[in-house]
Amino acid sequence: MPGKLKVKIVAGRHLPVMDRASDLTDAFVEVKFGNTTFKTDVYLKSLNPQWNSEWFKFEVDDEDLQDEPLQITVLDHDTYSANDAIGKVYIDIDPLLYSEAATVISGWFPIYDTIHGIRGEINVVVKVDLFNDLNRFRQSSCGVKFFCTTSIPKCYRAVIIHGFVEELVVNEDPEYQWIDRIRTPRASNEARQRLISLMSGELQRKIGLKVLEMRGNAVVGYLQCFDLEGESGLVVRAIGTACTLDKLSSPAAFLPACNSPSKEMKEIPFNEDPNPNTHSSGPSTPLKNQTYSFSPSKSYSRQSSSSDTDLSLTPKTAPYPQGPRIYLCPSSPSLSCGSLHLKKSCLLLSESSLPPHHSSLVSPVLRKSVSFSEELFLAASGMGSGSAGKEGGPFKALLRQQTQSALEQRGGSPHRFCRRREFPFFTLTAFPPGFLVHVGGVVSARSVKLLDRIHNPAFVGIMGNTRSYKLLDWNSFNSDEPETRDAWWAEIRQEIKSHAKALGCHAVVGYSESTSICEEVCILSASGTAAVLNPRFLQDGTVEGCLEQRLEENLPVGCGFCHIPYDELNMPFPAHLTYCYNCRKQKVPDVLFTTVDLPTDATVIGKGCLIQARLCRLKKKAQAEANATAISNLLPFMEYEVHTQLMNKLKLKGMNALFGLRIQITVGENMLMGLASATGVYLAALPTPGGIQIAGKTPNDGSYEQHISHMQKKINDTIAKNKELYEINPPEISEEIIGSPIPEPRQRSRLLRSQSESSDEVTELDLSHGKKDAFVLEIDDTDAMEDVHSLLTDVPPPSGFYSCNTEIMPGINNWTSEIQMFTSVRVIRLSSLNLTNQALNKNFNDLCENLLKSLYFKLRSMIPCCLCHVNFTVSLPEDELIQVTVTAVAITFDKNQALQTTKTHVEKSLQRASTDNEELLQFPLELCSDSLPSHPFPPAKATSVDYSSFADRCSSWIELIKLKAQTIRRGSIKTTVTVEKASPMGEGNFRNRSAPPCANSTVGVVKMTPLSFIPGAKITKYLGIINMFFIRETTSLREEGGVSGFLHAFIAEVFAMVRAHVAALGGNAVVSYIMKQCVFMENPNKNQAQCLINVSGDAVVFVRESELEVVSTQQPTANCQPSCTGGEVTT
Amino acid sequence: MTSELDIFVGNTTLIDEDVYRLWLDGYSVSDAVSLRVRSGILEQTGATAAVLQSDTMDHYRTFHMLERLLHAPPKLLHQLIFQIPPSRQALLIERYYAFDEAFVREVLGKKLSKGTKKDLDDISTKTGITLKSCRRQFDNFKRVFKVVEEMRGSLVDNIQQHFLLSDRLARDYAAIVFFANNRFETGKKKLQYLSFGDFAFCAELMIQNWTLGAVDSQVADMDVDLDKEFLQDLKELKMLVADKDLLDLHKSLVCTALRGKLGVFSEMEANFKNLSRGLVNVAAKLTHNKDVRDLFVDLVEKFVEPCRSDHWPLNDVRLFLNQYSASVHSLDGFRHQALWDRYMGTLRGCLLRLYHD
Repeated sequence: MPGKLKVKIVAGRHLPVMDRASDLTDAFVEVKFGNTTFKTDVYLKSLNPQWNSEWFKFEVDDEDLQDEPLQITVLDHDTYSANDAIGKVYIDIDPLLYSEAATVISGWFPIYDTIHGIRGEINVVVKVDLFNDLNRFRQSSCGVKFFCTTSIPKCYRAVIIHGFVEELVVNEDPEYQWIDRIRTPRASNEARQRLISLMSGELQRKIGLKVLEMRGNAVVGYLQCFDLEGESGLVVRAIGTACTLDKLSSPAAFLPACNSPSKEMKEIPFNEDPNPNTHSSGPSTPLKNQTYSFSPSKSYSRQSSSSDTDLSLTPKTAPYPQGPRIYLCPSSPSLSCGSLHLKKSCLLLSESSLPPHHSSLVSPVLRKSVSFSEELFLAASGMGSGSAGKEGGPFKALLRQQTQSALEQRGGSPHRFCRRREFPFFTLTAFPPGFLVHVGGVVSARSVKLLDRIHNPAFVGIMGNTRSYKLLDWNSFNSDEPETRDAWWAEIRQEIKSHAKALGCHAVVGYSESTSICEEVCILSASGTAAVLNPRFLQDGTVEGCLEQRLEENLPVGCGFCHIPYDELNMPFPAHLTYCYNCRKQKVPDVLFTTVDLPTDATVIGKGCLIQARLCRLKKKAQAEANATAISNLLPFMEYEVHTQLMNKLKLKGMNALFGLRIQITVGENMLMGLASATGVYLAALPTPGGIQIAGKTPNDGSYEQHISHMQKKINDTIAKNKELYEINPPEISEEIIGSPIPEPRQRSRLLRSQSESSDEVTELDLSHGKKDAFVLEIDDTDAMEDVHSLLTDVPPPSGFYSCNTEIMPGINNWTSEIQMFTSVRVIRLSSLNLTNQALNKNFNDLCENLLKSLYFKLRSMIPCCLCHVNFTVSLPEDELIQVTVTAVAITFDKNQALQTTKTHVEKSLQRASTDNEELLQFPLELCSDSLPSHPFPPAKATSVDYSSFADRCSSWIELIKLKAQTIRRGSIKTTVTVEKASPMGEGNFRNRSAPPCANSTVGVVKMTPLSFIPGAKITKYLGIINMFFIRETTSLREEGGVSGFLHAFIAEVFAMVRAHVAALGGNAVVSYIMKQCVFMENPNKNQAQCLINVSGDAVVFVRESELEVVSTQQPTANCQPSCTGGEVTT
Repeated sequence: MTSELDIFVGNTTLIDEDVYRLWLDGYSVSDAVSLRVRSGILEQTGATAAVLQSDTMDHYRTFHMLERLLHAPPKLLHQLIFQIPPSRQALLIERYYAFDEAFVREVLGKKLSKGTKKDLDDISTKTGITLKSCRRQFDNFKRVFKVVEEMRGSLVDNIQQHFLLSDRLARDYAAIVFFANNRFETGKKKLQYLSFGDFAFCAELMIQNWTLGAVDSQVADMDVDLDKEFLQDLKELKMLVADKDLLDLHKSLVCTALRGKLGVFSEMEANFKNLSRGLVNVAAKLTHNKDVRDLFVDLVEKFVEPCRSDHWPLNDVRLFLNQYSASVHSLDGFRHQALWDRYMGTLRGCLLRLYHD
């Protein structure tokens, strides 16, 4: 019984009028946690009630503390009829459970009703007294910190990065329960909100347990998602990276691990899986000898997608593991590089093939037994060659075996048994300097699945009576079904892992997973960047090294990560390599695609820009299996086209690398949409990209020729213009210096468009053209023409604007402090008449372009500014509707200093890193001296080191001191502040003082940003994760301003609730904010609409750098205060 | 391809001042878009009309949502839904409560009732201000009126506290409330030459000197209602004109003091009795509500117009009024010196303000 939760209801304000007669409200509050409920008195006839309740105390398990949200319901008392609910507040008390985060939650929370939106506010104080529990077998994981930030949070230091953690929890969706037919929409929405809150709590606790098991103390890059599978249930799943973090402010905690100089950067021979039960290490050796051929590097040409179909039998089908399997393998292993192969294999395991005794009503195995698995392999995209991935038969077999073995193992043993070191994945996208050694390229895998009920009839039969909100304990004997979803993901992860291995990499960074669901079809996607990491940061044996990797003692500055990780002589695919343009020692590919942020030490020429590939494909409406097949068939084409577009646009910009690549494939009733976003840059280490050449197929036609040459000119002009725009002017390098392996100054490659539907033509295309002229776009039909046109129609942002989807814009580093985070949503209705792929593409393209244009226009007052972390999400809510949601942040920068040489860029970025971590600098400093021996010590550091000497001691002072500074400024010098650093109460007091909830104060500003930092400010404290889920529904859509009015208000309300929670935690910003889901459904005929939004982020306290200076000048006086007895100090 | 839904929500609510003005002026979205196009914004920014349309819609929606809060400005400060920097909040409120001179002249002194609201159509046609904008302004007047009508304390302070307006605007609203409450006639043709500023100036003087609040600062309605007792007492002033000796004495005192100082001395001398009778009679009549309403008409008829027809320069008017009120102190037979000062001090200020072309 290790926790006591205490809640006090202080007051309410701006309540709605509930009694029409008096125009007033008789409000009271119910406080509920778990199964215990307390009530306040009724405060009669007021819209601003002052309850000032006693402390309501809940004595609870810490397990419950983690799982359950605190539920506060405000009601209007009615003597004669049932009390009317005004609204609710859910408070996640998780942030109170770890010592360094918030100590009290106190503030005004919007009272939210799923039908009416925000209706007034309530002032609540929440505290937790936690008793230490040393029970080893505890089910809770209090104390494990969670961060959404996909890098090591500022003010922390990574001692060890343990690796991948994942978990998923399933339940029935209350919206689809029978009871939903008889209850009100409000009750249904609230049931759903509560359930999801409960499920996320449980999920987080379970992940926490895994982290503890790995001896970590934090999860970084925590990403939790919901899959609303409709009839078949609700899945909440999460991935993250387990770490052991040290607060930078505690110098004593320094461990030798991090102090060790990089000389020890020796390869630690990895054993892939310490667990002998895992067979997956087996394939690694044979893999190298496989004759599988990846598609040719230079030829962007061929998509080589392998689709291999494989029956994904879930582990539970163990009784007949060799169950009926039809495996079609049309391609021979000796396929020449890259021809487009689409193989479908349908595994038909019809229900009739099940042994009779497994009647579908009883058997626990009841997965509807058809599963289509379409695995696409885009491993070689990093090589600029588009996708590779034609594995030969043996490889495939191996893979299958591997997967199978992993699955079997998983099925047979308890889930935690082998998972720990199974996947060397990292959800991080930015790393401590020196962590990322080499980058191989993007790896991704997709799989099409048919959804079926998670709870099969047999299960329901047993547990039917408890099915409502009770979470299913899926470790119990018959709850095998959740393992299905688990197995699906395991399969995909396995795929990713083997792709990475094929690229000579032992790890995947920037890893993420996503789903797209339409009716009963679900596309699971995973992608990441294959990489070689510096084992120094990892736990022994966690990550297998690659034997062939050549790790230098001293990596050259800013180009090491570009060097190929695979063996040049034994490349996984024919790639076009040159010597690194920077160090001239190692080989680099001609183009590099990654899903991570640009490493801070990378040398970039000019600026970057947002590059998007957009694509639609019509699909026939179909049911179930036929639908899944159709989607599987389309996927490889889409992947290929998306890559073609990306590559073309990249070349058109005159750039040679993509960072932050995110490809989203969305499935709808009658179409598939692909949207890829990335930030293009010119890496100094990679060769200059060649141009794009256009070739006509019918060269005899004169006018056609003319047209072609006209187009060619336009393209060349655009490239030249873009180079100027993005300030790309790499130093000229004479060929002799570069050395022989560079074949020709211009990379010659040839792109042959595959007309999407005629795959027969494809095979005869010549793909061995490593040295042909430039990048050729062949125009053979209007289709291709359209594509070229669309290339040219992408308008660059207006002057003064830049955009990127990474954390920061390469080439800009003098950010000023103004930021504006926003969400923009657009839905368009397609005219359903004779839709063609081209028309669809154009519509989609226009939609995205117009949206961007609107953003530029709206934010014009911020010029010069950059849209950072631009995150597009596409969904297809209905037949003819396309919804695009964009969240990004606009940051202003100082134009005068905008032009920086790359040299200073490196310095700057280092400085940035160091100032970010300025609370304790030893760590970054060491790395600097290791990896950048020649780097001059930036003088700016001296001061910050100086400062840190006091700041680290007591970060909470900063608040205090700031506060004092304010009071002094205000002139009320007689303020008495109790300095009780250790006492949570004391801190709470400060907070209250700095933002007093009194009636006259205005609301404190809470910044929100999708980035992990706040420009011009320093994050001093992480208060905990914010993870909120809201449903809003209306039955008076027109009255609320139509769909736009409805959604606009809802999103504004969501922002408000996030801000209120952060403010109540004592924070003043949310970083790494992300809107993970925005599901909007409307029924204009019924005047109804519903929307679900899920957001998350990290609540933090930041201090402006300018304020910090003020503070540090006051340091001497401030310093002595807390160091004296800690009693009362009067300033 | 039609846009079904198109929204933009910033963590900090974006306020475009130009669009806000158009919205306040009551233009429809399409009118606003074409006005914006005409302003040359497309050329400046390289945007398209569609972008402008979407942007305008978005701002209009935001303003529409904010309007509810603007009706009670303190709510705007405390609400959590829109994060708006304080300076912007002030701007939103100030602009929302700002009004058009032309409009306020039409409704000043009228009862803020449904009946008047129905006349807004005509006012809109007459002034060229959109009906929507007229309604907003009218509703603002009415809302402020309702809130502060029965409140204790200073009218200006109350308005400022409850509507967070700037000092200047709060004073204007105080005048509007004061006029609406006392129903002063301002619409007569002969009053057309007067601006709202002229009336507001008078209102302020009257609030300071003639209301209950001028004597007792703890009464309800203190700044809104005229001091009835004071108005009753004003009858006593009648003797200044009724008593012939007193009138002659008064005249000779003024004429002696002003001889040689006034350009229009002879006209003044000739008109003294008329003017004095006019001013004193106005005071004596103020016991009747009807006559209170006609205060400004009477002042213009009885004083401003005669002087103007004789081409008195403003400075001469000032000299005259100063002397006229001061000389009463030397009239031994007159006992109501304090009453006279309370009346004449305010009236002198008003008349000087009202005296122009």
